[in-house]
Amino acid sequence: MRVQLFITCLVDLVYPEVGERTVSLLERLGCEVVFPAGQTCCGQPAYNSGYPDHARPVADRFLEVFGATEGPIVAPFGSCVHMVRHGFARLYAEDPQKLAAARALGARTFDLPSFIVDELGHDQVGGRYPGPEGTPVAYHDECHMVRGLGSVGKPQGLLEGVQGCTVVATERGDLCCGFGGTFAIKLPQVSTAMADEKLDRALAAGAQAIVSTDPGCLMHLEGRARRRNLPLRVHHLVDLLEPEGAL
Amino acid sequence: MSTSPARPDPVPPLQVVHVPTRVHHPPRHEPVPAVTVNLHRAAGNWSRNRARAKTQVDWEDWRERARAVRADAVEHMPELLDRLQEQVTAAGGHVHRAATAEEANEVVLSVCRDHGADSVVKAKSMTTEEIGLNEALGGAGIDVVETDLVEYIVQALGDRPSHILAPAVHLSAGQVAELFGRLSGEPFDPQDTERLVSYARGVLRERFLSAPVGVTGVNFAVAETGTLIVVESEGNVRLCSSLPRVHVAVMGIEKVIRDWAGAAHLVQMLPLAAHGRLTAAYTSYVTGPARDGDDGPGELHLILLDDGRSQIREGPMAEALNCIRCGACLYACPVYRQVGGHAYGTTYAGPIGAVLTPLLEDLADDTGELAWMSSLCGACTEACPVKIPLDEQLVQLRAATRERDPHRAEAALFSGWSRLWSRSGGYRATAATGGRALSPLWRKLAGGGADDGWSARAPFPFSGWTATRDARDPAAEPFHARWRRHRGR
Repeated sequence: MRVQLFITCLVDLVYPEVGERTVSLLERLGCEVVFPAGQTCCGQPAYNSGYPDHARPVADRFLEVFGATEGPIVAPFGSCVHMVRHGFARLYAEDPQKLAAARALGARTFDLPSFIVDELGHDQVGGRYPGPEGTPVAYHDECHMVRGLGSVGKPQGLLEGVQGCTVVATERGDLCCGFGGTFAIKLPQVSTAMADEKLDRALAAGAQAIVSTDPGCLMHLEGRARRRNLPLRVHHLVDLLEPEGAL
Repeated sequence: MSTSPARPDPVPPLQVVHVPTRVHHPPRHEPVPAVTVNLHRAAGNWSRNRARAKTQVDWEDWRERARAVRADAVEHMPELLDRLQEQVTAAGGHVHRAATAEEANEVVLSVCRDHGADSVVKAKSMTTEEIGLNEALGGAGIDVVETDLVEYIVQALGDRPSHILAPAVHLSAGQVAELFGRLSGEPFDPQDTERLVSYARGVLRERFLSAPVGVTGVNFAVAETGTLIVVESEGNVRLCSSLPRVHVAVMGIEKVIRDWAGAAHLVQMLPLAAHGRLTAAYTSYVTGPARDGDDGPGELHLILLDDGRSQIREGPMAEALNCIRCGACLYACPVYRQVGGHAYGTTYAGPIGAVLTPLLEDLADDTGELAWMSSLCGACTEACPVKIPLDEQLVQLRAATRERDPHRAEAALFSGWSRLWSRSGGYRATAATGGRALSPLWRKLAGGGADDGWSARAPFPFSGWTATRDARDPAAEPFHARWRRHRGR
């Protein structure tokens, strides 16, 4: 199956190795990965900050680049998929032509776990924890993947197939980690308190690592864990599914 | 009982009172640890109750039916209000239409004057909080007693409610015991809730028996029969609406619903969403004043408050009027659970407050800034029993607010960003700048330190991040460049 890779700006600029492992994993699962090089961002930062008019040209770019492709579009970042699926519908509410294009693209844009489970039909794809054998890990649900995309339980299912770690349950796993894009900078104290609650609950559950699918959450939780010198490592799910992955 | 008392009118003539605006202070953006502890406990209980509730009914089907009842009511509001007015009047009640908070308060004051009331017993009602009724009555020399136990506590502390359903959720039992100890001069054991409750009951019962006027809110008003439904957990609403000679009910006009089929669903949905139970401890149904020979108030006044609601109904966010004030979005919200209701500085707190307040105020007085009290995680929308798309509305409100009150520097930043990132050349130039080319400069601005891919300091605006968190450095080689290097074009 030929797959169009939507790398997203944060993975491109801050977590490129997550992108490399995504490519490697998809290829291991038999996909041909195409990377439309003209892509930039989905426009979510401006859209969520109250600037839809500045978000639209960036979203236009997404429509143009991916509109010229065929087949599934896959991103290792649920929040950006949520933007394409749902944010675009509101961004183009007044423009029937682009709205139709956005809907068509949204229907074939998938977050990585949903694509692997629903489209490729794998509940588990193996993998190995890139650290000490038997490390207890807590899974952190990405808000936009669970509530935005309804992709419930799929990442956890994939995590169950990973060797070398044990998954521990945390209380109130549904709570946001406090990243929220510009929210983290606009309300830093509230955002930090939210991260602390998340980290403390992971520690209380005996976890030594947190795994998630959202590079924003990862950056936030790891940045806070480092500042507090907590014995917690933070990983993207794909770091476990494809630990040796490279281009 | 409908005749006015013979004694002279002790109430001074109406004076202009200060009705507080809905914003009492700008939103506070810091957690208060003592409050947070109480909130986490309460929200934890709510979360467990909700999980249980979902096993009792087909939750999604129930939400959709509740949404449909409310959407029908909002869509047909003018005709349903006319019908409600007809039916309440036919049952012997008086209906007053109030366009503003001041008009609504004036109606209550004139009813008090007509009955020579110098004291009023009041059941917890967010609508009367919204219009500042206590301040208006107090300003006219009328003694107002809140009869909901926790609202009474909040009033005795000179505090304000911090949650739609649980006004004192920010307080602990220890704080309540301390307060009652101060009021009564006797010590109270925080563990002895029975004694705490019976102390408040003793104080409140006297007031119920002596006040000529009782004021309540309304949860749902059934247009087809003119019946006012009030849902509560303590029984004080029932006492307020049955013991005094006069019952004044204050409702926002959006609380009207078409018929009993809808009411039957909502009286179960409200406690289910709020507490995870299908029935509230007390549900009172009031259709007109007491009939001849029956016990109960001889007079019923219903105040239909608009105060900005008609305008919301005609706008793009009318779904916000579907709200049944269950408080679920507050408990679900990760921001509310850290900062508490007072942080919003408004009558309505939490996600629904951050939506409703700017809409009611038409974005005046910086109310639009409330829309940023959210990480947009969507927990509010998921919790809402009438499916208000709260997170989407918060985003819409942010746009409306920035259109009304532009932030020049921020707008310029996003404008420049938009120009660059809407072209692949511009995007790659920024990527290269953020990565390889500027990496040494970034490290310098970040104060040096070990080059392990993280910085403890960063230049503005990222300094807001690094105050409490390390920042991950931009990758020296972004993915785009890696792909080109390994895979070509």
